[in-house]
Amino acid sequence: MLLPLAALVARGFDGGLDTFWKAVTAPDAKSALVFTIVASIIVVLVNTVFGTLVAWVLVRDEFRGKAAVNAIIDLPFALPTIVAGLTLLALYGPRGPVGIDVAYTRAAVLLALAFVTLPFVVRAVQPVLMEVDRDMEDAAASLGARSSTVFRRIVLPNLMPAILAGAGLALARCLGEFGSVVLISGNIPNKTEVSSVFISKQIEGDNLTGAAAVSVALLLLSLLMLLAVGAVQVRGARRGK
Amino acid sequence: MGSRLGLRGLALGYLTVLLVLPLGMVGYRTFEHGLDAAWNAATTADAVHAFWLTLLMVAVAVPLNTVFGVGAALLIARREFRGKAMFNALVDIPFAVSPVVVGLALILVYGQTGWFGKDLAGTGIQVIFNPLGMIIASIFISLPFVVRETVPVLREIGTEQEQAAETLGARPWQTFWRITLPAIRWGVAYGVVLTTARVLGEFGAVSVVSGKLVGKTETLPLHVQAAFEDFNLAGAYSAAFVLALMGLVAVVAMQLLKRRELA
Repeated sequence: MLLPLAALVARGFDGGLDTFWKAVTAPDAKSALVFTIVASIIVVLVNTVFGTLVAWVLVRDEFRGKAAVNAIIDLPFALPTIVAGLTLLALYGPRGPVGIDVAYTRAAVLLALAFVTLPFVVRAVQPVLMEVDRDMEDAAASLGARSSTVFRRIVLPNLMPAILAGAGLALARCLGEFGSVVLISGNIPNKTEVSSVFISKQIEGDNLTGAAAVSVALLLLSLLMLLAVGAVQVRGARRGK
Repeated sequence: MGSRLGLRGLALGYLTVLLVLPLGMVGYRTFEHGLDAAWNAATTADAVHAFWLTLLMVAVAVPLNTVFGVGAALLIARREFRGKAMFNALVDIPFAVSPVVVGLALILVYGQTGWFGKDLAGTGIQVIFNPLGMIIASIFISLPFVVRETVPVLREIGTEQEQAAETLGARPWQTFWRITLPAIRWGVAYGVVLTTARVLGEFGAVSVVSGKLVGKTETLPLHVQAAFEDFNLAGAYSAAFVLALMGLVAVVAMQLLKRRELA
């Protein structure tokens, strides 16, 4: 595992720091990187809000079919990414039945990323929410706090480490996502092309050094994310003790 | 009460628009022209070859990662050694790396211009553009699942029973087979399901390493893309439907295993 990564880093810095920097900041490469980062952040914000909401509904609400809803949350983990892309294209593409056609736009990339990263925050928050002691909430409510205040002041601080951990994993996944994006985005340079697609195009064009440089940049970003997640978890564990 | 229903509606609505409707659509497109047409599209020679190649990758990668995963989990949960924190972090690397980047890294090591490319060519072993490389890529990508599902279970069961077995004279292997493994089996099984789902569906890494040689290195996910780009929509949808079915089986298995774990 280490060997391939070492080869990657070596190749990325093959021509020295200058060449690396040039390859990463070439117009196509840079616009793909920027778009990847911006899209990832937007999607993770949306899925953090909706993921927390879904976890809340799954833990605190009771309704028929809840078990089935709980099961389908894992679907994006179990479904091949290329199928996810095709699936979204079938519904929100040119021949789609709902009349919404986002194929080959930036919105399509957001849609695909939202699909594949949906479970992360839900699955991080759900177990913590189940364990949260409801006495504090009841106390706050009996003292006259409105439910929105209870959520903001009592529930949310308890969930925060889990939310951040889930969001970090989702962000790392977004930055590298390929399969679900490749069909629906159309891979238009400077517009809908994300970094992973850019890298794969460079490989096909036999520009391995350029591909390696952008890969190293992407890798560093994702590693930073995972380190941040690790730090949050360590802090959470300490507070728990 | 009103706000509760509102929240429920919002959550379910998001899931419907994002998950349920698109999936239903693939089913509809697959069988749009009848059962026969769908069956024919799913059983072309290329599709069948891709199907078996995909299963071959699962058959090799999943057992290897299961053995490695349990071993690594035991190291992390039961042993103290220098560099353990480092080892623990390394295991997660495949989650942080884009699949495409994994593919590229393998090319840089085993490809023609790669570090070992020339040596390998001398021995006649071809890794890149060959199922061997695709299997290595799959192993890399799905490495962390069993480890990550097993470590928490190992920590939770504690070491009391293992120590008891040891004081009663059990050898390490006996303790593992008789005490540890039965206690962690559902956690391991959950990791195996996740690994299988990932290997079945792996696209990015395999795509880069495979060279996309139809009928040779094309797995089912690659076949979906190739068919789609050939405007063979029936072929793309039917292959996607087969993969989606396998994904559904994985989801059901995950639910059953979770219930076992809680019981």
